[in-house]
Amino acid sequence: MALKANELNVGDVHEEEVVRNLTRTQIVQYAGTSGDYNPLHTDEIYTTEIAKYPSVFAHGMLTMGMTGKMLTNYVGDGRLKSFGVRFTSQVFPGATLTARATVTAVRDEDGEKVVDLDVSTIDEDGTEVVKGNATARVD
Amino acid sequence: MAVGKFPIEYSHIMMFARSVGDANNIYYDQDYAASTEPGGVIAPPTFVQASAQFDPDYFLRPKIGQEWFGSAKGPTGITPKPKSDAEKSGEKKESGSGGGLHAEQHYVYHRHPKVGDVLNATTKSGKTWEKQGRRGGNLVFSESITEYRDQNGELVVTATGVGVRTERPATSA
Repeated sequence: MALKANELNVGDVHEEEVVRNLTRTQIVQYAGTSGDYNPLHTDEIYTTEIAKYPSVFAHGMLTMGMTGKMLTNYVGDGRLKSFGVRFTSQVFPGATLTARATVTAVRDEDGEKVVDLDVSTIDEDGTEVVKGNATARVD
Repeated sequence: MAVGKFPIEYSHIMMFARSVGDANNIYYDQDYAASTEPGGVIAPPTFVQASAQFDPDYFLRPKIGQEWFGSAKGPTGITPKPKSDAEKSGEKKESGSGGGLHAEQHYVYHRHPKVGDVLNATTKSGKTWEKQGRRGGNLVFSESITEYRDQNGELVVTATGVGVRTERPATSA
């Protein structure tokens, strides 16, 4: 299942749709498991009337978590060495997100073979919501 | 965040995986997980965020017996306090939300947490920097670095978070 260094090329792309029509219920599920119960994510009344946002919106960490499943599906379980992102746009209920990894380097590090990846997740309008990078151990 | 004991538990991982829509069987089936390269149920890449559950002081969780700022009968459960003189004169403004927003998150995996680990977490402040916001006002970024160590004191995950707050210039009304 693991990637093989000699089969990887700079520019290779792996892409997955990580959520279609994001529901408020999934955001509630994430609040419950992560422990971040900020009402900005789950409480439409507070969010629109007090905080003055158009709607509740997803935790940045939910978007990062969904992006992370694309990475582990691609590089294999327990293979990530680093994963970092910037949150570049808010994600609202109804979003459909596509996460993409692009190979930027295949190299040796501390006697292991690793792949460097650019990571980007976009919504259904093409707006980037998460931008970052990751490194994973390969065979 | 300071967490004394963050037990890595199978059912918590299963529910976390569901919440991010991750159908990978390594998070749901311990027998299958035993047959994979990691050899058991491991944490998904962003799972250590859920250590907030084990932080007794985590401010984004309602506390038993205390008011909560989310909606209840009214749009917020907080009973309004009489305004201070500074607030009445406009010198001091109440903030509209429950704190800053999350700008960045970075993880370095020294290894991946697995079921049965008991981690602890200590957080220290990192860099702070400012940037001009697009709609005027200053954006203040601050970094916090959390080290997750296991029951043997070994470093497991280093997590660096960056938060951002808006700060109005002193000259604006």
